[in-house]
Amino acid sequence: MNPALIKLFYLLAAVMFIVGLKRLSSPRTARSGNWIGALGMLIAIVATALFTGILTWTMVIAGLIIGSLIGLLLAKTVKMTAMPEMVALLNGFGGGASALVAAAEFLSPTSEVGVGAPFHVNLTVGLSVFVGALTFSGSLVAFLKLREWITGRAVTYPLQKTLNALLLAATAGAIVWLVLQPQAGWIFAILGGLAFLLGILSVIPIGGADMPVVISLLNSYSGIAAAMTGFVINNEGLVVSGALVGASGIILTQIMCKAMNRSLTNVLFGAFGSTVQQVGPGAGPAVAAGAKVYREITHEDTAVMLAYSKLVVVAPGYGLAVAQAQHEVRELADLLEKRGVEVKYAIHPVAGRMPGHMNVLLAEANVPYDKLLDMDQINPEFEHTDVVLVIGANDVVNPAARHDKASPIYGMPILDVDKAQNVIVLKRSMRPGFAGIDNELFYEPRTRMLFGDAKDSMKKLVAETKVVE
Amino acid sequence: MIAELVSLLVVFVLAMFVGFEVITKVPPTLHTPLMSGSNAISGITIIGALIIAGRGDSVVTSWLGLIAVIFAMINVVGGFLVTDRMLEMFKKKPEEKRS
Repeated sequence: MNPALIKLFYLLAAVMFIVGLKRLSSPRTARSGNWIGALGMLIAIVATALFTGILTWTMVIAGLIIGSLIGLLLAKTVKMTAMPEMVALLNGFGGGASALVAAAEFLSPTSEVGVGAPFHVNLTVGLSVFVGALTFSGSLVAFLKLREWITGRAVTYPLQKTLNALLLAATAGAIVWLVLQPQAGWIFAILGGLAFLLGILSVIPIGGADMPVVISLLNSYSGIAAAMTGFVINNEGLVVSGALVGASGIILTQIMCKAMNRSLTNVLFGAFGSTVQQVGPGAGPAVAAGAKVYREITHEDTAVMLAYSKLVVVAPGYGLAVAQAQHEVRELADLLEKRGVEVKYAIHPVAGRMPGHMNVLLAEANVPYDKLLDMDQINPEFEHTDVVLVIGANDVVNPAARHDKASPIYGMPILDVDKAQNVIVLKRSMRPGFAGIDNELFYEPRTRMLFGDAKDSMKKLVAETKVVE
Repeated sequence: MIAELVSLLVVFVLAMFVGFEVITKVPPTLHTPLMSGSNAISGITIIGALIIAGRGDSVVTSWLGLIAVIFAMINVVGGFLVTDRMLEMFKKKPEEKRS
């Protein structure tokens, strides 16, 4: 088939991606939107397989089958609580694939890329390998961190920023070299290695609480990598689709940074959460933290308090995902609603480890999405809320962000849970959260602490609520 | 050649603007499915991977092509399916409670 006509299929695919993304603007249409996107992808794949003159089918078929099986297995077995890891891993595969395509194109004896090609072609190869390899290794590190196979905290060492800056400069140098001397194949390997290393070293200093920003950014990179590869193989389909994903990732990154009131530079290089602030001598659940006193509450008293409320707001955080307590939360909410108590959910944009993390968890537990309220919607409601249940959230409910200029999270928009009549904080112990900051909320007179594993506590609350008269 | 590059650049920049317009309208509650779904779209690089894997012009590039096809396919299949799994759960009125 005429190569120009194949492009019409890619155009159709790109249009379907855009329509699919557009349908994501409402939960009602989102599912069909996703299928329209998938169909667009199928059209692109079939058109490529049939009409681009494929000569050897072994690798093509083997790759399609192996990749599909692994993808299927991952998608069907992953737990909803493990979704941040899954997204990080998928980002990595996308970036890796783009880098490999660019590399193969450069090494191929029959392509128009590599030795003898005009400088701007080899420039796109260099950029494509750079972004792709960086996305691949960075995503793997993010994955390992989220799985906690390596420490989730920020890892720092002396001269870290200097080293990363030098690496970046060296990578840029390698790209220039590649453009000027494309016959030197070894510089290509060095470029790939440098980008890979840079991906690892630039994600390692980023702490767990900043993961939503990093995942969004890697999401954007995976799109940019695909677009760059589009430049290499001169394909509009890749360029358009890659640009869409790149734009999506950039928007999410901006939203996340804004929700933390921090600049992207600060997130990437600030090494937030590398140290844990010690709360008084020998901080632990049994001691009052320094001069500050907190008050405990029993499950029984909590259940009574909840049962006789008018409005209860649940403020979930990463701890909810760790404890996998979303089903118990829903169960408690059902019981309360039967008694005529109104239950709502307050979702902070950076609660959890990726954008929208809490929404997915609660949706899994069958919580209707119109009960999940954004920070701006719920904040005016706290004043007439009887009880706020803070489940595994910490920094996003810390009032210090509003007034304590010395606090590292000063200026970050928070859920104003402290304005409610009663606040009950479900927490394992008095240890500070991921950002390593002590939380004033715990010492407020209207706050009560309910210690223990969140899932366990929720189960007890469900049992106690059932017997409240 | 440079003309091709420039016309691709035009396409790239315009597509970015389309992306910004469309994505800004996605509500926060769907941000995770947006990420996994858009991620599956970035698996479009499968086109390049298929072309290289099927060209068979050298042993090295064939193997690179194979790995690229596998990676991209994991991205595509895993991404769209996991997004569907998530979106299936987003309901306004809850059905019968699951155990």
